[in-house]
Amino acid sequence: MTTGHEPLALRPTPESPLYRQTLDLDRAEGAIINQLKATHLEQFPDPVIEVPAEFRRSIFVGSIDALLNWGRKSSVFPLMMGLACCSFEMIAAAMSRFDLSRFGMEVFRASPRQADLMIVSGTVTWKMAPVVRRLYDQMAEPRWVISQGVCATSGGPYYESYSVVPGVNKIIPVDVYVPGCPPRPDALIYGIMQLHEKIKRYSLAGRAAGRE
Amino acid sequence: MTTELGGAQVASMIEAIAPGSVTAHDRGAAWIKPGSWPAVARGLHDRPEADFRFLNAVTGVDYIDHFEVIYHLTSLTHNHMWVVKIRCGEGREEPSVPSAVPVWRGADLQEREVYDLMGIRFDGHPNLKRVMLWEGFPGHPHRKDFLR
Repeated sequence: MTTGHEPLALRPTPESPLYRQTLDLDRAEGAIINQLKATHLEQFPDPVIEVPAEFRRSIFVGSIDALLNWGRKSSVFPLMMGLACCSFEMIAAAMSRFDLSRFGMEVFRASPRQADLMIVSGTVTWKMAPVVRRLYDQMAEPRWVISQGVCATSGGPYYESYSVVPGVNKIIPVDVYVPGCPPRPDALIYGIMQLHEKIKRYSLAGRAAGRE
Repeated sequence: MTTELGGAQVASMIEAIAPGSVTAHDRGAAWIKPGSWPAVARGLHDRPEADFRFLNAVTGVDYIDHFEVIYHLTSLTHNHMWVVKIRCGEGREEPSVPSAVPVWRGADLQEREVYDLMGIRFDGHPNLKRVMLWEGFPGHPHRKDFLR
């Protein structure tokens, strides 16, 4: 055991403690990835909105819902997460020309605790998959996911690749899919507007958003 | 414009560093024995007439019957470049070459990438482990095993 006072070797050699520690971490991470790859074979069903029949005609719940959903849809804060080239279209959508702030979404949140929307912008590799899953788990409900581009949706040109997740919905449930390679900012904004339409239809009496 | 050196010129330069190390050369590259690569690398880096201080790229090639590792070198003072190719023995079993990290620190990540994707071992590399893929990935994906 080290006391913490020995100078660590700058270059880790197979005998140095730093090498063993990092390799142990790598092996633990690799075991998680292999386990994830072996178990996540089926895609998650897309979140559906179910309203029990006895609540459908309730005007009171409906008006509260409308207020709540209006508030939710008008302040969807995306998570500041870019995976590949699609993220540049996402960045362009946030800049002045396309201007996501028109939809109350200008605040890209660096912390998943404060974010409502995860825009999976680009190729999800199996090495990145546990991180995406953890970020999704850290987001507070209600939470939504947009799959941007064909790589995130189905693997796209990397379909059946050795290192790419064939669709991010194998890892997390996805609300809106935006096709394109990469989708232009217009397409991403259209996808976000579709998500707004979806959020409007959520109900207090129905299922919570994004729950599996 | 960066100039490519003549084949015979560089072959004689490398022979002066380590006699008997060049197995072949053509217009743009020289093939070197793996055993003499550390001395040749040190000489190409240090000698003033060569002065290859900059390592552009390290790549590996699968030729089915053998592997090759290729180093692209550039001298920023003389503004010339050269390519060194090292044949990793015969056959596909346990290919290995000596590492160039003691000479060019920038070879570190690139040699790790070649090891990760092609499975070529770099002897003397200080931190030879996977860099793109994860530990526990089966095999090395850029090998052309599917053609055999």
